[in-house]
Amino acid sequence: MLKIDALEFGYRAGGKILDDIKFDVSNGECVAILGNNGAGKSTMLKCLNKIISPQRGRVVIDDVDILKLNRLEIAKNTAYVAQKNEGNQITVFDAILLGRKPYIKLAPKKEDFDIVENIIASLNLETLSLRYIDELSGGELQKVMIARALAQEPKVLLLDEPTSSLDLKNQLEVLKLIQNITKEKQIAVVIVIHDLNMALRYCDRFLFLKDNAIYCYGDVDVMTSENIGAVYQVSVAVEKYKNQRIVIPLA
Amino acid sequence: MNKKKTACGGNYDQYVRRKALIIVALVVMTFMTAIFAICAGSADIPVSEVLKALFGLGAAKNVMVTVNIRLPRILMAIVSGFGLASAGCVMQGVLKNPLASASTLGISQGASFGAAIAIVFLGGGTIMGNNADAVTINNPYLTSFCAFAASMLVTLIILGLSKARKASPETMILAGVALSSLFAGATALLQYLSTDVEMAAIVFWTFGDLGRASMKSIGVAALVAGGSFIYFMFNRWNYNALECGEHTATGLGVNVSRVRLVGMTFASLTAATIVSFVGIINFVGLIAPHIMRRFVGNDYRFLLPASALMGAMVLLISDTFARLILSPVILPIGAITSFLGAPLFLYLIFKGVGRNAEN
Repeated sequence: MLKIDALEFGYRAGGKILDDIKFDVSNGECVAILGNNGAGKSTMLKCLNKIISPQRGRVVIDDVDILKLNRLEIAKNTAYVAQKNEGNQITVFDAILLGRKPYIKLAPKKEDFDIVENIIASLNLETLSLRYIDELSGGELQKVMIARALAQEPKVLLLDEPTSSLDLKNQLEVLKLIQNITKEKQIAVVIVIHDLNMALRYCDRFLFLKDNAIYCYGDVDVMTSENIGAVYQVSVAVEKYKNQRIVIPLA
Repeated sequence: MNKKKTACGGNYDQYVRRKALIIVALVVMTFMTAIFAICAGSADIPVSEVLKALFGLGAAKNVMVTVNIRLPRILMAIVSGFGLASAGCVMQGVLKNPLASASTLGISQGASFGAAIAIVFLGGGTIMGNNADAVTINNPYLTSFCAFAASMLVTLIILGLSKARKASPETMILAGVALSSLFAGATALLQYLSTDVEMAAIVFWTFGDLGRASMKSIGVAALVAGGSFIYFMFNRWNYNALECGEHTATGLGVNVSRVRLVGMTFASLTAATIVSFVGIINFVGLIAPHIMRRFVGNDYRFLLPASALMGAMVLLISDTFARLILSPVILPIGAITSFLGAPLFLYLIFKGVGRNAEN
């Protein structure tokens, strides 16, 4: 279980970017972080595994404040998938093997290779395993990045807009993959996402950030036209279609 | 390691073996080139005589030429190429800049300035006669020491400035460009103010010359280059992680600032040591990693040793070419490296040899 308590972050020159952020995520649960551009969503995500060091607060995983751990220990507890992933001339197999980095001392062991093989098989990446990652399509690359994050065997998975540059088919595939992983591996997932309908379809709880603080946090009931309108400053209607809520912009 | 079959018909073990085979081939090719280089010269010596001479046997002239002249030169070519290429490979990786090398960062220019100080103010250079090779560095240890001190000064300034700015690659590169301009200007001023003999000695030093190598200097260079290479290999997974971006690397448990600063320190130390012994040899550190990226990809497990060996071979071939083409005149190695390397580099860029891992 992930518990965030009184998290604060601000740049020296500016004011606070994040103020008194408090929420928790259960194992097997996916939380969507929502809000306008510049609301601090990506900054908050990076604070959760100390890519950016918060000035105050605690990030507790299974009763341990991971902000007090060293980088390698943090990497064994959390895995992060960046918004933009840089293609590189390493193979898909090696890119996923890099996820074992926190565990590798001198060289990868048989166990590391076994874990990578299993992840490749479970995500159906066999056909790509010897391709260089800079030759992959956006959707394929994103799956490989998620596979690498899984190779870290994290308790918490942090995803920064994983579908921002993908077409509809790949968005659906990647988000379905994340949903399955969340449930199967019973890990806590925090995902920054802009598409409210995709969030409604694949996430369990929703956290709105506004004015550097949490505006509201909860299950599908917080996805109302009032809350969305207040956070995004646009008129929307929230309707039901085949038992699924959908957000329709009215402007 | 167990077999890792893939549906594309490949096999990860085979893939790794292919990369390892390239490294073994480079070792063999470097060794063969060294054998050819030691046999060839203004006085050709057969391989059998060279082997005897290496053990102090055979004709006295052959022993003298092989052991005292060619062997130190060839060993220094191997050590220098190996060190400059591995340093260049790491600089390009940690700074995320394909143009990063000792010269981009001002290390070479710092060394030139240090050597110029030694020659102009401390009497490091002199003239022996009227021939083309008449100019000599009459106090090589002093000149090397000053070159090393100045290039390390450049390194420390760059590292100090970048540490204040969280070791960002941009700060390092820009500080290096500024310092290289500063030291190049200072060297030009010294040349302007120096006598003809001093200016000739400065120019001669900057040409780069593997013939200056003594066994002691080879030993020091080998120790620094070898020690740094071991450190680089210990950090190969960190460099692979850095290639994925700073935030991703941090998420994988890498202390990005520390890896960048310590990596740059070892790379700069290696380049500074070699340049202070042999003069300016710019292109090897830049070209060798780029050549090998085409064959082994960007995985530092393979790229580091492959680049280092390619650097050794490029310098060895260039030196042999420099000795043979107008024999007995020996052309400046720095010019030859660039002259031979640039067309090959351009060919590889446009041809894209070995682009796919499957190749």
